[in-house]
Amino acid sequence: MKKASIIMIIGSLLLLGLFKFPLWNIMLGAPQYPEPLGMNIYIDGIEGVEEFDLQNIDGLNHYIGMKTIPKPDEMWEFSVFPKVVLTMVILGVIIGIFGYLEKINYKLFLGWFLLMSVLGILGMYDFNNWLIDYGSNLDPNAIIKITNPDGTPMSYKPPLLGFQKLLNFDVTSLPHIGGYLMFIGMFLTLIAFWMGRKASLRQTKA
Amino acid sequence: MKNILKSTLFLGLLVAFTSCNNSGKSGGNGALSNNIAEKVYVAPGEHDSHYAFISGGYSGNLTVYGLPSGRMFKEIPVFSQFPTNGYGYSEETKPMLETSYGFIPWDDSHHPDISQTNGELDGRWVFINGNNTPRIARVSLRSFETEEIIEVPNSAGNHSSSFITENTEYVVAGTRFSVPVPQRDMPIKDYKGNFKGALTFISVDPEHGHMDIKFQVLMPGFNYDLSHPGRGKSHGWFFFTTYNTEEANTLLEVNASQNDKDFIAAINWKKIEEYVNNGGGTMMPANYAHNLLDEATHIVTSTMKKEVRVVNPSEVPGAVYLLPTPKSPHGCDVDPSGEYIVGNGKLSANLTVHSFTKMLDAIENEKFAGDAYGIPILNFEDVLAGSVEQPGLGPLHTEFDGKGNAYTTFFISSEVVKWKLGTWEVIDRKPTYYSVGHLTIPGGNSRKPFGKYMFAMNKITKDRYLPVGPEMEHSAQLYDISGDKMELLLDFPTHGEPHYAAAIPAEIIKENSLKFYKLADNKHPHKATNEGETKVVRDGKNVHVYMTLIRSHFAPDNIEGVKVGDKVYFHITNLEQDFDVPHGFAIIGANNAELLIAPGQTRTLTWEPKQVGVWPFYCTDFCSALHQEMQGYVRVSPKDSNIELSWSLGDDI
Ligand SMILES: [Cu+2]
Repeated sequence: MKKASIIMIIGSLLLLGLFKFPLWNIMLGAPQYPEPLGMNIYIDGIEGVEEFDLQNIDGLNHYIGMKTIPKPDEMWEFSVFPKVVLTMVILGVIIGIFGYLEKINYKLFLGWFLLMSVLGILGMYDFNNWLIDYGSNLDPNAIIKITNPDGTPMSYKPPLLGFQKLLNFDVTSLPHIGGYLMFIGMFLTLIAFWMGRKASLRQTKA
Repeated sequence: MKNILKSTLFLGLLVAFTSCNNSGKSGGNGALSNNIAEKVYVAPGEHDSHYAFISGGYSGNLTVYGLPSGRMFKEIPVFSQFPTNGYGYSEETKPMLETSYGFIPWDDSHHPDISQTNGELDGRWVFINGNNTPRIARVSLRSFETEEIIEVPNSAGNHSSSFITENTEYVVAGTRFSVPVPQRDMPIKDYKGNFKGALTFISVDPEHGHMDIKFQVLMPGFNYDLSHPGRGKSHGWFFFTTYNTEEANTLLEVNASQNDKDFIAAINWKKIEEYVNNGGGTMMPANYAHNLLDEATHIVTSTMKKEVRVVNPSEVPGAVYLLPTPKSPHGCDVDPSGEYIVGNGKLSANLTVHSFTKMLDAIENEKFAGDAYGIPILNFEDVLAGSVEQPGLGPLHTEFDGKGNAYTTFFISSEVVKWKLGTWEVIDRKPTYYSVGHLTIPGGNSRKPFGKYMFAMNKITKDRYLPVGPEMEHSAQLYDISGDKMELLLDFPTHGEPHYAAAIPAEIIKENSLKFYKLADNKHPHKATNEGETKVVRDGKNVHVYMTLIRSHFAPDNIEGVKVGDKVYFHITNLEQDFDVPHGFAIIGANNAELLIAPGQTRTLTWEPKQVGVWPFYCTDFCSALHQEMQGYVRVSPKDSNIELSWSLGDDI
């Protein structure tokens, strides 16, 4: 149980990576951009991969009537997400410490994992909703209007995960370092649960 | 009579060689018989391996080419006005062409040379001389723009320039014509003994490249043709070829070809520098312009300088010597080791090579043949390293491949000859078709040549390309010199008259190339960094428009309240922060030029409306899908109208 608790603590702490590294990354490549434009999505805001990428993405997007990329104070998520993540880190560490002191049951490790998974899925759901709004809530005065074969306006929603072609742009959306650290951390808490369970079974046997 | 006979003979010889060359040419041009095309093919999207900076001669510019493709990438205006982007027309760049003679919007640009560190190309700047109104320019190899021009006083025909010492301590500006110093009203026939040849040493600030005339050596009244710095063991010396040591002032074709030998002047600049640093030389009244671009404001400021330090060579013993060199030498080229100084006698049948070691030895043993105006003359035999016997006719310039070989151009016999340093044997020769001038090996003017390519620059093109009337662009010819024999790879046209060129492996500069100017660093006093800062201000008869550009509109795009007789200054800032997105600005009836404004830059165009009406302006650079919509209007009212200034963007929607 001691080993499992340490892994639980390490796993939770890996979420702190989200305060330093981007959670997600979206790259936009096109023949006229030999160096693709890109945005890094942090839990507290969006930044360009290169200094002027956001300005240049906004410049392109205005042709099709997309809103400008939101500043941190333009979305509630960017103030709430850091609080949620920090809370989960503290919670995880506390659970780990109590586990180490054998004051709690290993099943709480799984509880933390499930709670984090639910929050994560909600976050992805919210993020996807934002992408839908960003890609389809277009200015009616937009200069360029493109419709689908059925006559509905085309959506410029970037993919949540993976690759998609949007007009002349190749758009790739993937987790970034912060995201990977979070996944590894969550996976570690699952291992902590599994090790805790094994240790507890061994104890019961003895 | 004797002279006429001589020149007739000479002309006959010339014709003989040219026709011989023509007949030889049809035979051996087997470009299709092997894979030559592959050697110059750079596939779409791929980059050339080298940059070449070729002087534009009477176009006053510098052109940038890629090797081995021979594709032209850019024309950099240096001493010339350039309507393509408004250089020399916009208020910011006009001061770059100021001189003591006023605004001189053209020149004859000759010899580019790339800055060096420890004798190797460092790719920071390229310097080039203006031959007619003596000037030296510094072009940034980050922005590929002219950043500085300094005028050279007491000088005329700034030809033995602009060559650089091996740590870019100095760039030299040697005068071709000797002139009265200081200039004065005097009979031309009294030239001899009265005219002087100024060799100017311009110091280069190691950090910013800023130029300053440190001293001028006032040499005897010969013509100073070309020059090269010593390097390696001869670092600290500079060598200049001379002709007209006869000091003739008329019919030089004959009168300056009388002496069997002219000189290479060897200047120990370190010695003179030390003399000057200890207060040597005299300050002399002068009047010359120093024009410098401020990196932050993007504005050129022209300052007139009022004095220059001159040094009389006879007052610095041991600093200047004359090396006899046959027959009006033209090129003056120093090999990468610094040991050999090649003096190409234009009228000589042989190539003369001097030895630096032998020169020092002769100096030490004071073996002098005499003196000229107090400057010791060494014995020809004492300094001669060797000569290449009968290599061709009319030798001009020599470059080196770093593998012990030298390559010399022959103007009259129209060929490049490869020969070996030390043994002086001819290894190979290749025709260049029509009167070659300079040649260039990337790094061939440094301690470390990159001996893969060599290109020769021709003075005449004739049938190398489709005919386009009597006047054609000149031509360069690219050779592969990686093997024992030279191999002709490609002809490519050059713009203006190519004199010298400097070339460098692409990787030394391409990563540092600027993609756009940062708007946040723009300190132009009339900038507008966002559309909120745009405005129109009247100051008497002057109207200042603070305008911005972004794909695909001007802000403002409607301006009213301008009157006939006003002088309108369009101060235009390009707000883009993206690679290669300039916008243009053109307005009907502009008497000067259009503008091309780089991303993040501010440029000012003046416009003096002469007619009442509503006049359009538009973007000249196809910048986006809505480029054609990038336009606006200025309403011009009569002189006595009381319409207030007003401006707007997008009010109708
Ligand atoms: Cu434009």
